[in-house]
Amino acid sequence: MRIAFIELRRRPGRFAPAAIALVLLTLLLLVLGGLLDGLYNGSTGALRAQPGELLVYSSEAKLSLVRSRIGPKTIAEVQQVPGVNEVGGIGVGLLGAAVPGQAADASVALFGYELPPKGVPAPPSTLGEVYADRSLQAVGVAVGQSLLVGPQHYPVAVIGWVSDTNFLLQGGLWGNVDTWRAVVASARPDAVLAPGTFQALTVVTETGANPSEVAAAIDSATSATTRTVTRSEAVNSLPGIKEQRATFNSIIYTTFFVAALVVALFFALLTLERIGMYAVFKAMGASSRQIFIQVMSQAIVITTIAFVVGAVVAVLASLFIPAQVPISLTLSRGVQVAVGLVVMSFVGSTISLRRVIRVDPASAIS
Amino acid sequence: MSALKLENVRKVYQSGEDEIVALDYASLDVGDAEIVALVGPSGSGKTTLLSIAGGLLSPSEGHVMVANDEISGYDPKQLTAFRRESVGFVFQNVNLVPFLTARENLLVVADFDRRDKKKATARADQLLGELGLENRKANLPGQLSGGERQRVAVGRAFMNEPALVLIDEPTSALDTKLGEQVMELIVSEVRARDTAAVIVTHDMRMTHYADRVLTIVDGTLQPG
Repeated sequence: MRIAFIELRRRPGRFAPAAIALVLLTLLLLVLGGLLDGLYNGSTGALRAQPGELLVYSSEAKLSLVRSRIGPKTIAEVQQVPGVNEVGGIGVGLLGAAVPGQAADASVALFGYELPPKGVPAPPSTLGEVYADRSLQAVGVAVGQSLLVGPQHYPVAVIGWVSDTNFLLQGGLWGNVDTWRAVVASARPDAVLAPGTFQALTVVTETGANPSEVAAAIDSATSATTRTVTRSEAVNSLPGIKEQRATFNSIIYTTFFVAALVVALFFALLTLERIGMYAVFKAMGASSRQIFIQVMSQAIVITTIAFVVGAVVAVLASLFIPAQVPISLTLSRGVQVAVGLVVMSFVGSTISLRRVIRVDPASAIS
Repeated sequence: MSALKLENVRKVYQSGEDEIVALDYASLDVGDAEIVALVGPSGSGKTTLLSIAGGLLSPSEGHVMVANDEISGYDPKQLTAFRRESVGFVFQNVNLVPFLTARENLLVVADFDRRDKKKATARADQLLGELGLENRKANLPGQLSGGERQRVAVGRAFMNEPALVLIDEPTSALDTKLGEQVMELIVSEVRARDTAAVIVTHDMRMTHYADRVLTIVDGTLQPG
């Protein structure tokens, strides 16, 4: 194995073509993954942050938060279901907001909530105060500012930041229920919900309760006027989420496959070129396993170096990507790409195994 | 004691329905510290005999013993271990690893054997010193002269302290003068270590360096 590392150190140029290809593939994988994560997080943050394991929609809404309506009678029924610990109402308005000093409106999702989502403080006590998602900083929003929301420019004051709470790629604003009702009433008087009515409910189940069983019990207790789903089901039912993930993942898996092919072809050629040297090694007592470990080590080291370079390039490139592009470079995505590439480089290098095994040590003589 | 003993060794290759006899009931006994030159025309079976003696090929029939170990029945894994531990090769084209220094080319052998690195390095330095390459051990093969490269190859063959050294056409690409220098070097190193050696050559001018000369014609061994 030492020989493999010495060769890498002394003849880096020999491995440059494969390394460059792998750097580019790493960059592609990280950017694609970052875009997928950015789109996913930007669309689903508000639902993923909900404190309850379950979300209750009206049955005719087909899991659309915007279309759903849950009245006080239904809420009372839900609260009575065995296994239900806490119930909180949620409402949202998808609107534009004028940001002081900015020419263009920011797209916001203004939520009214009873139970605070993860990372969001308890609802502000004052009407018109909101916590804003940190992503809105990119469009000029600052704490202390007053945003003018909707066509009637209803003023809301930003009193703090929260993270990863956006909804359908619109920046999350989190106020108390009265603020939400007031903003919606200002923007769309025809869509005002009656007092005590929400668009959906977040349900915290009791410890030890099975969320699926509680969900079924809720829908039964409301005579099927509700549709109760787990948080992840609610997230996946958002428009385009599944299709988006499937599309991006197809491209990502194809890119991983291409990485394996690059390694396979490169090392197959390199092995072909080195058959004479490997025959000498075998004549001197090297086993096929020892030689293959050399090939594999080189493939993995090159891939690891290429990943590091590709990751640095991706991070630098992300600094120049416009704020409107929802890219999110995360450590977990980086680890996934790194592990995926290393596995693919191992798989790719195994193509050379057959050729290594077939090297005849007798060919070292004459 | 014999360093190498072949008894009625036969090697047959199949070519379609035909049989090609590369080695025909060859018997040979090489004593400890004996140097045997094996000469013969191309295709006579020299390389096959050398390959069988070195555990690179298995005989079709007969017995092969190296330092009293019967290797003719070894499976490929055992032959690999045998080559690693018991024989040294000097290849026709020297075949040094181009990106390794002289010292590292010797340490390759120890690397495959997973030997103690300190001991292996000391052994490599000792061999390079004895071969007059003390100041060249950090040089790559491309920075060495032809003679120096040959000396590194000789050192590599002795790295595992073999009972038998097999030398393949050491002078084939050299002019007479350099060929003689190389042969003198090889013979003096072999003798200095009381090791047995089989030298395959087609160059009759070099045979006087050996204790004994054998000729091989059409796979059959004959006294020189």
